[in-house]
Amino acid sequence: MDGSIALLLAQDGITNGAIYALLSLALVLVFAVTRVIFIPQGEFVAYGALSMAAVNAGFLPPTMWVVVTLGVAVAIVDSVAALREGAPARLPMIILKNAVLPILAMIVVRYLPLKDLAYPVQVLIALGFVVPLGPQVYRLAFQPVAEASVLLLLIVAVAVHFVMVGMGLFFFGAEGGRIPAFTDGGVTLGPAYIQYQTIWIVCIAALLIAGLALFFEHSIYGKALRATAINRTGARLMGISADLAGKLCFTLAALVGAFSGILIAPITTIYYDTGFLIGLKGFVGAIIGGLASYPLAAAGAILVGLLESYSSFYASAYKEVIVFTLILPVLLYQSLTTHHIDDEEEH
Amino acid sequence: MARFLTPMRTMLAFAIAMSLLPLLAAQFTVTLANYIGLYALVALGLVLLTGIGGLTSFGQAAFVGLGAYATAYLTTRHGMSPWGTLIVGMVFTTAVSLALGFITLRLSGHFLPLGTIAWGIALYFMFGNLEALGGHGGIDGIPPVDLFGLELGSSRAFFYVIWATLLAAIVTTQNMLDSREGRAMRSLRAMTMTEAMGINTLRYRMVLFMIAAQFACVSGWLYAHLQRFVNPTPFSLGQGIEYLFMAVLGGAAAVWGAVFGATAVSFLKEFLQDQLPKLIGATGNFEMVVFGLLTIIVLHRARDGVWPILMRAFAIAVPARELTRTVEPALPLPRRDVPERGSEVLQVVNVTKRFGGLVANNQMNLTVRAGEVMALIGPNGAGKSTLFNCISGVNPATEGEIRFMGQRIEHLGSRAIAKLGMSRSFQHVRLNQDMTVLENAAIGAHLRGRKNFVQSAWRLDREEERRLLWEAAHQLQRCGLGEHLFDTCGSLPLGKQRIVEIARALSSDPTLLLLDEPAAGLRHLEKRALADLLAKLRGEGMAILLVEHDMDFVMGLADRVLVMEFGEYLAEGLPQEIQTNPKVLEAYLGGVDE
Repeated sequence: MDGSIALLLAQDGITNGAIYALLSLALVLVFAVTRVIFIPQGEFVAYGALSMAAVNAGFLPPTMWVVVTLGVAVAIVDSVAALREGAPARLPMIILKNAVLPILAMIVVRYLPLKDLAYPVQVLIALGFVVPLGPQVYRLAFQPVAEASVLLLLIVAVAVHFVMVGMGLFFFGAEGGRIPAFTDGGVTLGPAYIQYQTIWIVCIAALLIAGLALFFEHSIYGKALRATAINRTGARLMGISADLAGKLCFTLAALVGAFSGILIAPITTIYYDTGFLIGLKGFVGAIIGGLASYPLAAAGAILVGLLESYSSFYASAYKEVIVFTLILPVLLYQSLTTHHIDDEEEH
Repeated sequence: MARFLTPMRTMLAFAIAMSLLPLLAAQFTVTLANYIGLYALVALGLVLLTGIGGLTSFGQAAFVGLGAYATAYLTTRHGMSPWGTLIVGMVFTTAVSLALGFITLRLSGHFLPLGTIAWGIALYFMFGNLEALGGHGGIDGIPPVDLFGLELGSSRAFFYVIWATLLAAIVTTQNMLDSREGRAMRSLRAMTMTEAMGINTLRYRMVLFMIAAQFACVSGWLYAHLQRFVNPTPFSLGQGIEYLFMAVLGGAAAVWGAVFGATAVSFLKEFLQDQLPKLIGATGNFEMVVFGLLTIIVLHRARDGVWPILMRAFAIAVPARELTRTVEPALPLPRRDVPERGSEVLQVVNVTKRFGGLVANNQMNLTVRAGEVMALIGPNGAGKSTLFNCISGVNPATEGEIRFMGQRIEHLGSRAIAKLGMSRSFQHVRLNQDMTVLENAAIGAHLRGRKNFVQSAWRLDREEERRLLWEAAHQLQRCGLGEHLFDTCGSLPLGKQRIVEIARALSSDPTLLLLDEPAAGLRHLEKRALADLLAKLRGEGMAILLVEHDMDFVMGLADRVLVMEFGEYLAEGLPQEIQTNPKVLEAYLGGVDE
């Protein structure tokens, strides 16, 4: 391997690593706040990329039917809950927010000349019909069992992953999707040629991470999420709704996932089931951070990206084997240094 | 109805019905039944892991693959006999599962499933890429199994091998769960209590994971010789997840739930793959969507799966295990030497316990002698239970020295301390609510048995098991719970559950008994009976340290009383001295304003 190939591989690794880092942050956030190991994170990547591909080609985002259907389902579930609690005054708002709004949005989008819209507007439309799936999935699949064990939540998460992959095939078909780069071309820096998209990815990932940090440090909702992550019962006693915290962090996770998909779709073809492996690599990063530390998770994710890129050069057939076996020494180190086992006892 | 359908007879009827199936059914049905048997074997392992142990694995398909590829490779490339490859596969599987378990099982419960996801993916890509294993094309030409000169080439003949293996696995699993080892496995979720009873929870989690992996490996070996061809597809992570769905949908808490889950999922899949595309008018993995949704609904509405609901619907009260309703008399278990009356059994010297900046116990000292009841009293929050946790090793002291029977124990874990002859009850009852009173008490006798899970699976432990249960029943009778032996603990009032905790502690034949508020929630007569029992134990030479708020109870029973306040020593002495001690009166009743 000569220097230019090494640089090329490093560029590749850092690009993918930045995406994995974003995903691993979302995973750590979801786990800390809700104790859900969010396996379907990767599906949001695929949904985001493929919805954008559809909108960019002038088609309606296929997931809008799911958003509407789940919105109606959430409206029904919430209405029943409101009636049981004897609060019928909340009904109009519930129905408006969950059912009417998505339907209106769908009607509006129908009459837009999607193909001719500006790129950023297309991105917003694609995100608009993928991100609501996050809180909707939380409300329907996780909120009813929010107090259950990590294990049960994990099995539900895997079931959601199955459902989303199955639906992904139905909506997007087996063919992959690719979208044009944010900016075509690239720049030559010394010996290396760097695509503009790579620069976009790294910069946007850095901005998003900084944005998340600001959100957690300075906004009241960010603080509420942090409080819930530290102590759920305590946070609830302070008036922070665990349901709201759950929905909020699922929204963030869906946003991060879908946007990551839009970021990489110009450089890799995304298929309906590609998201799973991408999400899992984010996981390897998150596990390196012990599912607890944000900076460690991000560093771990970059490491995964680099390892993947270099092993695809040296032993491309074993790339996945190498990346996923990396988890074992990490777990071994953690198990040898941890003395505390948290005890999920049922009383 | 219940009499007619004993578990033994149900099993026999099932076995006869199944043995007729290949003679009568069409080829398609036999093939489906073969697959159901193979799936159920894997799901059975997951029932053990998930329903019993509270752990789970998404990588079972990889273990199936390990068994299948081991035999495929060794029989075709090296001409080994299938029986030899079975052994090699099992050894390999055992080693891998123990290594994975060693890495992940010390960490929180969700690291095992995450580790198995990674391992499932890695192994799948390995199968697909290794030249020696035929890559994605796989290996064909696997020879049939030869049983006593009989070549089992047809799938009808192989049906018997598969189902006999499955039934043997079910029977041995049920045997294992209904034994000393099984009780320990069923208590794994209540880790603090289980460790305090001297049970090595890490070992049992490893054993459960290993057994689940071995069942999967055998299923893979059978699969390879049924199909006579292997490729990587059936060993993917997706299939591993499907195995878990079978266990969860069927009922992860019941052994038969595995068979039901495998059957239901196989039929449903067959049906959905056939019907759904016609219905929706497009191709796709719709059965995936349906299975995912079904799993979510089942976990929301019926966490124990469909099997227990079916049983209730048909009004068949078949318990998860065959419950014995009588306790057979047996030889008493050997007992520990009782230390000489009046000798110091426990010495606590300058023990301090800090939680961060909070000092819960400050420089505490106390001694307990054989044949004496020492009472530890003090207002709420005085640090009494904290001191108990330091002594019993549940939550070790920060500083100071604790000696038990002349040995330093402040650095030992609760399991090691239990082995030395200290046993305890908990302030907040920690019983397995679904097990019977007798089984709960028998957990206390765990350290007095030796037979392992293999022996219990094959019923080679019955003599010892009778002795353990007899001991537990004897202790329960002493505590006045003789009529509740076969009730589930959850059905008893809280006061009686506390007494079950005492009987459980007594079943370990302790030298020193630590009781945390044993009289709370008892009625007057029950308190008197408890006081009589403790007095009798003291007469036999047992040392007893107790925390209690009921002053009549304490003052009538204790030989000496130690008073704590705000984590510190306040006073110590005979009951009558303490009752008149002005400092104690002030602590309890508040000072007189001057």
